[in-house]
Amino acid sequence: MSKNLIELKNLTKRYNDMTAVDSINLTIKENEFVTLLGPSGCGKTTTLRMIGGFEDPDEGEIFFEGKLLNDVPAYKRNINTVFQRYALFTHMNVYENVAFGLRVKKVSNDEIDRRVKRMLKMVDLAGFEKRNVDSLSGGQQQRVAIARALVNEPKVLLLDEPLGALDLKLRKEMQIELLDMQRSVGITFIYVTHDQEEALTMSDTVVVMNKGVIQQIGTPEDIYNEPINRFVADFIGESNIIEGVMLEDYKVSFDGLVLDCVDKGFALNEPVDIVIRPEDIRIVVNPDEGMIKGTVTSVVFKGVHYEMIIESDKREYLVQRTVMFPEGSVVGMNVQPADIQVMKRGDVPCSKEEEEG
Amino acid sequence: MQKAVKRIYMSIVFLFLYAPIIVLIVFSFNKSKSRGQWGGFTFDWYFDLFKDRQIREALYFTLLIAVISTLVSTIVGTIAALGISNMSKIGRTVVLNINNLPVLNPDIVTGVALMTLFISTRIELGFVTMLIAHIVFSIPYVILAVLPKIRQMNKHTAEAALDLGATPAYAMRKVIIPEIMPGIISGALIAFTLSIDDFVISFFTAGTSVTNLSILVYSMARRGVKPTINALSTLMFTTVLILMLIINKKTDKGEDIII
Amino acid sequence: MQQRGRGRIAYPYIIWMAIFIVVPLILILFYSFTEGDIHNLKDLKFSVSSYKKVLEPIYLKVIGNSFVLAGISTLICLIIGYPVAMIIANTDVKHRNLLLMLFLVPIWMNFLLRTYAWMSLLSPNGLINRLLLWLGLPKIEIMPGKTAVLLGMVYNFLPFMVLPIYTVLSKIDKHVIEAANDLGGNSVITFIRVILPLSVPGIVSGITMVFLPAVSTFVISGLLGGGKTPLIGDLIEQQFLSSRDWHFGSSLSIILMIMILISMAVMSRIDKSPPEEERRKI
Repeated sequence: MSKNLIELKNLTKRYNDMTAVDSINLTIKENEFVTLLGPSGCGKTTTLRMIGGFEDPDEGEIFFEGKLLNDVPAYKRNINTVFQRYALFTHMNVYENVAFGLRVKKVSNDEIDRRVKRMLKMVDLAGFEKRNVDSLSGGQQQRVAIARALVNEPKVLLLDEPLGALDLKLRKEMQIELLDMQRSVGITFIYVTHDQEEALTMSDTVVVMNKGVIQQIGTPEDIYNEPINRFVADFIGESNIIEGVMLEDYKVSFDGLVLDCVDKGFALNEPVDIVIRPEDIRIVVNPDEGMIKGTVTSVVFKGVHYEMIIESDKREYLVQRTVMFPEGSVVGMNVQPADIQVMKRGDVPCSKEEEEG
Repeated sequence: MQKAVKRIYMSIVFLFLYAPIIVLIVFSFNKSKSRGQWGGFTFDWYFDLFKDRQIREALYFTLLIAVISTLVSTIVGTIAALGISNMSKIGRTVVLNINNLPVLNPDIVTGVALMTLFISTRIELGFVTMLIAHIVFSIPYVILAVLPKIRQMNKHTAEAALDLGATPAYAMRKVIIPEIMPGIISGALIAFTLSIDDFVISFFTAGTSVTNLSILVYSMARRGVKPTINALSTLMFTTVLILMLIINKKTDKGEDIII
Repeated sequence: MQQRGRGRIAYPYIIWMAIFIVVPLILILFYSFTEGDIHNLKDLKFSVSSYKKVLEPIYLKVIGNSFVLAGISTLICLIIGYPVAMIIANTDVKHRNLLLMLFLVPIWMNFLLRTYAWMSLLSPNGLINRLLLWLGLPKIEIMPGKTAVLLGMVYNFLPFMVLPIYTVLSKIDKHVIEAANDLGGNSVITFIRVILPLSVPGIVSGITMVFLPAVSTFVISGLLGGGKTPLIGDLIEQQFLSSRDWHFGSSLSIILMIMILISMAVMSRIDKSPPEEERRKI
């Protein structure tokens, strides 16, 4: 990818005693789709609002195309935002909502008309010009909000939980549409969500945050397959997180078992957290053929797969398989060395919270 | 059966509510000056209405004060509501509690308190003091009408306008004010009707030099009301009635009747 | 950033509030605790004599009367008003608005005039008595007197009771009532166990909205009571306008305020929904 567009340096924001964003550093490139991901109160929205100019950072700098952005008021930044629950202007119709930014800039009426119509066509709302925004469905309002921002041809589009108010099916559709839009207009998207699946589906880069601190920056694959700590592992997808000990390079032990793995570089006998994704646990019918023996205690059909809880004598495992094993059956479980992810033990709490207030 | 009982009950209640009004309207066409006697039909009192200086003056002051106090309290109240909504929680609670005092206090207390203030500071009671008093009791209602609209507004609406390049002043003019307009309008309506209707607070703050309709009626009620007043109130009543019917037809929404 | 700063545009009003809401009340409080010539500040000295005066039997009786009359009229309003609110709420949407409007329209005639009209209806030679005479029935002589004052209060404040109860009743989910019936409640049980408890907020704000203006009125008692049954409002009016005893008037005002605050606190214990907006509006 090309050159750096936005740089955050030691960015910090405090509210009274609480540090919402704690000295974060982040570089965002042109045309990148970056997602800030984390539970409620992790500082992702505050970070976005500082970039948008709605909050003043207490410390640190924001650079935009190499220039300091801190003291530039929101209305002078070449950045546009899609707000939570859209914040459409309810006293204006669809056309006027989209035209707002252009009218502010005193663009000629012909030009406004051309650009608004083109934008409405792009978001599939041609013919809705005169409609009252209140009369639109959630998905349509969402598109108006996007059109209203994109019509100004910003260099960066900030999206604050833009799909949070939509139902699941619509959300999936909009995810794809948003991606298409981002590709076609070729601008940087900075996207805030607490939905890890959304983050993994859409982003070039995922920034996982918790308690105002960046936990990990990486591609969706990196984040999912190589979580850097227990928090990330727990937050991204479902997983079995097990406390264990790294005996030596490529050898990890827990529950009295010693397993091969692909991780190295830990101290001898260093306590670690081990992540095993539910879909990475294979089940064999003959319990003696498995590394771990267990009894199936619960089976739930999830559509694509069955989700089973299998209890060994030491702990419960969450397992996802396309083949079902009935409750009560005793089975064996195997894990490939490459599917065992070993992480440094941190004191990061692993609560997984829901939704932004 | 049950339906009939309901009908009869409602009829009695409505009779109770409308009896005095019907009496007033009927007597506005009564030739006899006495309020118990029917002396034949006449329009005289309606013509007299335009000749009677006392009533004309009272009407003039009533409307003038209503218009000015509505304008002032709507503007001040809206600005105050916008400010209050941006204050810290403690500040907001304190301000709103004080703001609610004139709403919750009996009118007579508000009236005598203001009168005490004016007399203690040697301000002569009259038009100005009455106007101030009306503004004092109207603003709280405007604030109470506008605040919910501000709260209802998506909290990012103002930011959205700034985000799209609007200066704070432009955002205020073109986005915020229009968004909360329904609240401003109902606040203004409340202020206007309160002012037109007020007797108690005007009574204590008007002094002797100005009189509004309510004060006039009160002073007349003891001596006997001129039938011209009946005529005037019939006119005002029908005007309001027609306005209400129009508004109701237009909104057609049902729930939101403007009282 | 811009946010906190915008709070400042409320400052002019805060100053206004201080001058025209807070200071006058402080003045009243000040006068209630002093005695002497009100026009000569140096002459005023601390005293509770005006509060002592309030405790004189003759004045205690007036205060008692005010609360009793206001209480009775509130009760009557509740008894008459609740069925009205319920009937309106149960009417189909089309007719409901018409009923509601019919109910509110009288408010639009100046309330002094309406009260005055009652004078012509109730007076010894008034219309009602003529009608009774014509029917060969005995005359009623309630004006001037307590009964007429009560009638005036009920008449003027009934809408304040009906509106909040109606608002609450009309918002009760019809399914709740159906569910109650479905669960075997007959209409009486449904009413007592479901509808009535759900309408408590409306009743509470109705009671507050009627009691408040009723207890402090002086117009109704002045016109319909003919000075025979003075209420606390009449007393306050006299102190400020005729006898010019501001100290006594102030003490009475303070006591009225305190009593109202107490009753409101009690009411808001029962329910937490301030009647704010609706009250003066009507």
